Amino acid sequence: MDILLQQIINGLILGSLYALVALGYTMVYGILELINFAHGEIVMVGALVALAVLAGLAGTGLPGPVMLVIATLVAMAVCMVAGLLIERIAYRPLRTAPRLAPLITAIGVSIVLQNLAMIIWGRQYIAFPPILDIQIYELAGATITNIQLLIVAVATLGMIGLVLLVNRSRLGRAMRATAQNRDVAGLMGVDVNRVIAATFVIGSALGAVAGVLISAYYGIGHYAMGFILGLKAFTAAVLGGIGNIPGAVLGGLLLGIIESLGAGYIGDLTGGFLGSHYQDIFAFFILILVLIFRPSGLLGEQVADRA
Amino acid sequence: MLSLLPESLRHDRRLVWATYAGLALLLCLLPFLVDAGMGRTWVRILDFALLYVMLALGLNIVVGFAGLLDLGYVAFYAVGAYLYAILASPHFGLHLPFWVLLPLGAAIAGLFGMLLGAPTLRLRGDYLAIVTLGFGEIIRIFLNNLNAPVNITNGPQGINLIDPIQVAGLPLSKGLDLGILTLSGVHAHYYLFLTLTLLTIFIALRLQDSRIGRAWVAIREDEVAAVAMGINTRNIKLLAFAMGAMFGGVGGGLFSAFQGFVSPESFTLMESIMILSMVVLGGMGHIPGVILGAVALTLLPELLRYIGPLQQSLFGRVAVDPSDLRMLLFGMGLVLVMLFRPEGLWPSPKRARELHPDSPDVSRQEQEDLYDASR
Repeated sequence: MDILLQQIINGLILGSLYALVALGYTMVYGILELINFAHGEIVMVGALVALAVLAGLAGTGLPGPVMLVIATLVAMAVCMVAGLLIERIAYRPLRTAPRLAPLITAIGVSIVLQNLAMIIWGRQYIAFPPILDIQIYELAGATITNIQLLIVAVATLGMIGLVLLVNRSRLGRAMRATAQNRDVAGLMGVDVNRVIAATFVIGSALGAVAGVLISAYYGIGHYAMGFILGLKAFTAAVLGGIGNIPGAVLGGLLLGIIESLGAGYIGDLTGGFLGSHYQDIFAFFILILVLIFRPSGLLGEQVADRA
Repeated sequence: MLSLLPESLRHDRRLVWATYAGLALLLCLLPFLVDAGMGRTWVRILDFALLYVMLALGLNIVVGFAGLLDLGYVAFYAVGAYLYAILASPHFGLHLPFWVLLPLGAAIAGLFGMLLGAPTLRLRGDYLAIVTLGFGEIIRIFLNNLNAPVNITNGPQGINLIDPIQVAGLPLSKGLDLGILTLSGVHAHYYLFLTLTLLTIFIALRLQDSRIGRAWVAIREDEVAAVAMGINTRNIKLLAFAMGAMFGGVGGGLFSAFQGFVSPESFTLMESIMILSMVVLGGMGHIPGVILGAVALTLLPELLRYIGPLQQSLFGRVAVDPSDLRMLLFGMGLVLVMLFRPEGLWPSPKRARELHPDSPDVSRQEQEDLYDASR
């Protein structure tokens, strides 16, 4: 029983990280119907910038949490600028182009970011410095560390903040209007270009936070970490119903739990035939199943072919 | 085959034939010219360019003709490659002949295409993309891990010592002795691949102008209208998937026999994306464009290897590790080409007209139609 609980807790933590990244995908998709393939690399940039700042602050003697906050803020700033530039250079000129064109530029941008990071930070894994004292708490037979609690807390705060922003603020209303119909929103006086840029900036900021948390969770950062992470997060977004913010959160959490339960029990289920390295298969397998029965994702709207 | 030529040249018969003859001569002499001018490695790269032309033409059926975004095309390539590797290598001690395995690979890959397509084809655009992507990853993960408890794929190490292609009982990799001239292995493969590529182009062209090809385009342009015209969209889409997958399977078999070695690393998502980029960059749905895209994207990363020596001569030292810089420039190239030619390097004349209309007021209307159609 406690193993089950432990796996669920691990899954929730992993899932909240996926959810945070998935929000970036889903926001951009909701407004532009564009798969922002470069978002995973934004997360990577966030993680590596934060690690670089932490390395720079190592000798200053500041308390660990303060260093972490500074590093996160710098990472957020860098990623927001990067997100803004990517939108401006690679996506905006192609808004009326055939729809696969921005997909290819997104892939191009992602190759550029990955190789740029490789040139700057090298090919080696970068360790997360031991700035936080790890404490382990017991909870009904399962364990959870303070870093994991921090991850869940920050991810939850980020999501609540985003939901409030989208549902309550003026900018949020403009975003929803733009997502519904860009042209009409423009006629109603919404500065569509600004709203889209803001969407990228917000998504990138969340991605940066996710990057810092992920490198803290795994204890490492690497120039190629963004790719598989982006893939999982995008899967999560689709699972929940892409374009839908609560859907991204639900999809992320579900994906995390499925993965960790899958990895924990696949050996028993298949009589030892398949081992835990099949973890990734679970995610995609569930995704395919969900889409077969609910083609627009769990919380996605059922849209007619030609709405 | 006429559609390979620019429109202005099509009317002059003699010019057309002269162009074909020149092209044929060039293609025949190309490996020798390249060998003499740039070295044997480049003949090998030419072989790969031809292989990618076949793959890109296969994907073009799915993405370009039928308008179904497939991000897991490499799965079918992997199926073809591993089928050949398993049935013609010391791994299981099986050595079935190449010419039996090639059609078998096509058939099995086609079957996988149907297997993937049947449950997923009613998904819309990007959902289909992510499902195919997931399928590609599933295949790769299986290849990576099917070495225990029964060793089928030999896991991450891959399968080695795969039988070479045999022509008239002689292994192609050892080269051919034709009496008057001796062909080396890479040269011999070039001519085999060239033949198969021409065959692929022929099939693709015939498919494009067939009833099925027109049905694919109808589905791409407007699925509801296609149904109203009496097209069985489910079967026709499934056919596109299976056809595309068969090309992938053949390509995989050739790859595996040519390399003599396969491992899961050759079949990552990046490979799918590369092939998709060839199709889109060249000009989706336009066969000459797709060929151009495939050749360009195979040669570009190789040409970029020269930036090391170039830095040396420009700055007197190698400032940045050229292998790092190579992919960076490649990514920038992708972005730049798309920014300046979003319809691809060589789009079909119809598509180019749609995107660059001459009269401005038609432009507005057509842009809107296009925007609606692409949603």
